[in-house]
Amino acid sequence: MSEHSNGSADVVPAAGAQGGLEQQFPDPGLPAHVHRRTDIDTAAARRAERTVARLFLLSIAGTALFVVAWFLFPVNGKLSNVATSRLLMGIGLGLALFCIGIGAVYWAKKLMPDVEVVEDRHPIASTPEEREGALAVLREGGEATGFGRRKMIWASLSGALGALALPAIIPLKDLWIRDPQAKQPAALLSTTMWTGGTRIVKDPTLEPVKATDIELGAVVHVLPEGIDKVEDPLDEKAKSAVLLIRLEPSEVGPAPKGQEDWSYNGIYAYSKICTHMGCPVALYEQQTHNLLCPCHQSTFDVTQHCKVVFGPAARPLPQLAITVDADGYLVAKQGFTEPVGPSFWERG
Amino acid sequence: MSSHSARRRSPLATSAVILLALLVTGALYAVLSPRSEAAAGVKGQNDPIAAGRELFLANCSTCHGLNAQGSSDGPSLVGVGAAAVDFQVGTGRMPAYTSDAPQIPKGRVVFSQNEIDQLAAYIASLGPGPSVPTQDQYATKDLSAEQIAEGGELFRTNCAMCHNFNGSGGALTHGKYAPSLVGVQPKYIYEAMLTGPQSMPVFGSTLSQQEKQQIIGYLGTLHSQPNYGGLALGTIGPVSEGLFMWIVGIGALIGCAVWLGAKAS
Repeated sequence: MSEHSNGSADVVPAAGAQGGLEQQFPDPGLPAHVHRRTDIDTAAARRAERTVARLFLLSIAGTALFVVAWFLFPVNGKLSNVATSRLLMGIGLGLALFCIGIGAVYWAKKLMPDVEVVEDRHPIASTPEEREGALAVLREGGEATGFGRRKMIWASLSGALGALALPAIIPLKDLWIRDPQAKQPAALLSTTMWTGGTRIVKDPTLEPVKATDIELGAVVHVLPEGIDKVEDPLDEKAKSAVLLIRLEPSEVGPAPKGQEDWSYNGIYAYSKICTHMGCPVALYEQQTHNLLCPCHQSTFDVTQHCKVVFGPAARPLPQLAITVDADGYLVAKQGFTEPVGPSFWERG
Repeated sequence: MSSHSARRRSPLATSAVILLALLVTGALYAVLSPRSEAAAGVKGQNDPIAAGRELFLANCSTCHGLNAQGSSDGPSLVGVGAAAVDFQVGTGRMPAYTSDAPQIPKGRVVFSQNEIDQLAAYIASLGPGPSVPTQDQYATKDLSAEQIAEGGELFRTNCAMCHNFNGSGGALTHGKYAPSLVGVQPKYIYEAMLTGPQSMPVFGSTLSQQEKQQIIGYLGTLHSQPNYGGLALGTIGPVSEGLFMWIVGIGALIGCAVWLGAKAS
């Protein structure tokens, strides 16, 4: 049953099959060879030849375009030429390579022989003598190294290879040995630079903000004073960025318990770090008072103390309690009372 | 007599009479109809507030109320200042023909600058508000390269989240959007920062006059630079670029693969 009947059409019906499937189908063999138009029609073959030649000529034109663009739009000293020169050179080189490619494929498809060819398989194993010879060479080489006898080399090589594993393992040590001096990640994520009395300064000019400078409908992007002095200002900015928004007090809903005096004269300060993934929430729509995160469209309603009204954020943006100092500049009344930004393992 | 003339009448006469009547009516209407803007703008040249009030009553009061106190269709204009009028009317956002759209788009400017000034004078007379900036307030030619670079920093902190890193604009909620800043006149950028039109917050005193100039200068520099990357695809970031590569780029690759695998005929 397993032998191949090459192209024969005999069918062996299933023994005792009662209207079931046949157990063997006829081998359809190779389909009859269909001649291409270029095989039959010499005019078509000549046309195909011309097409291939045209494609190759087009490739030459592309190369020429590249060369011409190189000389016509020199880049040194003239930055304004960069766009044109690179565009034309790219088109030229692309055309040159692409046309050679499709020309070659077209040539092969239309003009080169397309008759089906059957190649028989041959055993791929070498003769026993050749295999024996190869093994003999290996044995001779092994004996020449003296690997079994020279214990010192064997031991030191094993040691060298074993030591090479260390560079792969050492970096994993942070998983279980922590620097006792370093702050724990949870502590780093839970605290910011803001404390009671920290002056509020504008991003990026770092000027202090007077409460009287903020008009109704204004938004100011602010940072804690002294952020440029800390060791890593960007790390700190990623936690401490705050948005000041001035609203008509009558438009704002009742404050959560204990936060009634966290705003100053209609100026509210909210963390700019999204509670979803930590993007800067800064798209403020003045009329709807919606604050929008550009990353995943979490939307916070400022009039409802940054309650999430749309999107994947889980918590309102933390509010920073603010007041003014003796000179009328805005300062933080206290630090954030909850960690800013997205959830983390220890946040609970 | 009547029967005689009836016989003489050509069948086309009725149509000709109707056509003539229509033409005459149309011409008369064109001549006599009250052309709101022009008619009101001409008289009272020497009192811009009175002229502005005429213009306001004819064109704006339907939505903003007879005394600009606002209605359910339009906000109060008391205290918005001349700058707001110059921005809204000068960019063709006002007069708006619907208050149903999520946002009033910029459109064809229907008033002359003289009429806009009259309207602005009237609105400014209703309550204190920002006045139209003068040329030297938004001029950027004296800015140094460093100041323009600082303007870039200010732009990225205060504006880029809505207007995009290139000022190409971007989407907000419920069909609202931050418009593109490409090609917007410096005066209107300045006025927008001053007044905070529509969804935009107010940057009147939180950005100083020089900071506003720096931002305008930065935008001018940004938009006059040649595009070294070739096809910018609107400079709206990965969406258009990704779409282009997925559809055009990968589409071309699939086309090539299909052609390579097809049997020659």
